[in-house]
Amino acid sequence: MVHTIRYKNSFPIEGGNFDEAGVVSLRVKSILKDMGFLGETQRRVAIVAYESELNIISYARSGHITLRISPQEIRIDAEDEGPGIDDIELAMKDGYSTATDRIREMGFGAGMGLSNIKRCSDTFEITSESNKGVHLRILIDAN
Amino acid sequence: MKLSRLVEILDATVLTGEDQLNIEVKTAFSADLMSDVLAFAKPKSLILTGLTNPQVVRTASILDSAAIVIVRGKKPPAETVGLAKELNIPIISTKYILFETSGRLYMNGMVGCVKKIGG
Amino acid sequence: MTLMTLVEQLNLTVRCCQENLGRSVTGGYIGDLLSDVIANSSRGNVWITRQSHSNIVAVAELKEHAGIILVLAREPEKETLEKAEKVGIPILSTPLHGFEVAGRVYELIRN
Repeated sequence: MVHTIRYKNSFPIEGGNFDEAGVVSLRVKSILKDMGFLGETQRRVAIVAYESELNIISYARSGHITLRISPQEIRIDAEDEGPGIDDIELAMKDGYSTATDRIREMGFGAGMGLSNIKRCSDTFEITSESNKGVHLRILIDAN
Repeated sequence: MKLSRLVEILDATVLTGEDQLNIEVKTAFSADLMSDVLAFAKPKSLILTGLTNPQVVRTASILDSAAIVIVRGKKPPAETVGLAKELNIPIISTKYILFETSGRLYMNGMVGCVKKIGG
Repeated sequence: MTLMTLVEQLNLTVRCCQENLGRSVTGGYIGDLLSDVIANSSRGNVWITRQSHSNIVAVAELKEHAGIILVLAREPEKETLEKAEKVGIPILSTPLHGFEVAGRVYELIRN
């Protein structure tokens, strides 16, 4: 199905840069707010963006989040360059985490990220290639 | 309850957001894990936490939380307070531990509220 | 007040060490960062947490907690239950969340 894209932008993310964690997500949220989307929609998209952002920062060398907004839906692609995920089913399990102690001390790495993302999405696709990276594609219906 | 009343109950200090002490907060969520906050905390809720890094503020902003209460007498770094000021989110600091903080608020009528698991 | 009282009043599910529910509860601690729990919790506390991996048993044993309550429907890992059974530390679980559990435990201890 072809959607008229009203907005498209790609935000780069630096792996390991925890200081900046959340900056892209807040920007995404504010873009949605300016475009008049409901608070609930803004939050869902922002949570997806934030958890994706955190995953890239925590585990990849680099990545980006691409936001596409059409009247019917909001699409987020989170792609990274990094080790990738060997066992996707395992990674999706609540509580499963490969976080380091440093990450845990910051309050992250509880192993809920991917399931949080899936829960907030209307469509959720995840693909990965070991030693290459991960690609998440999320669609959220615009109400 | 009003934020000002909460400050009394917790013998707390207001680190930022003095102009918002009149706001009403009805629900609270306690956690040390950011993902739990993202998964379960409802909008307009209070976040009670021992975490002090700036990400707590960004998380609160993403969720439209009412305010952040930092427990165990922990002092957040200037960066955290600065970001909260910028994003207009009150930060309150109490010396009580998370258990005591939750207990006191609970006994004063604060309700815990979560989004349904898987919902 | 004992763990048994908490189980009854809060409708907690007992995951292991049923025989030790008579243990006395003198306070509570909510925490998910192990270094913090080790530093700041006390003997006789019931530890309210979302961490389910087997390290929690070592921490609870070290700090002489009365027991562990896993909240928001978190289930203990198999290894966690095995370790807990060896040292006799009851693990309880509930779909309630930390604030709610802490509030009610706090109230029960006060009364």
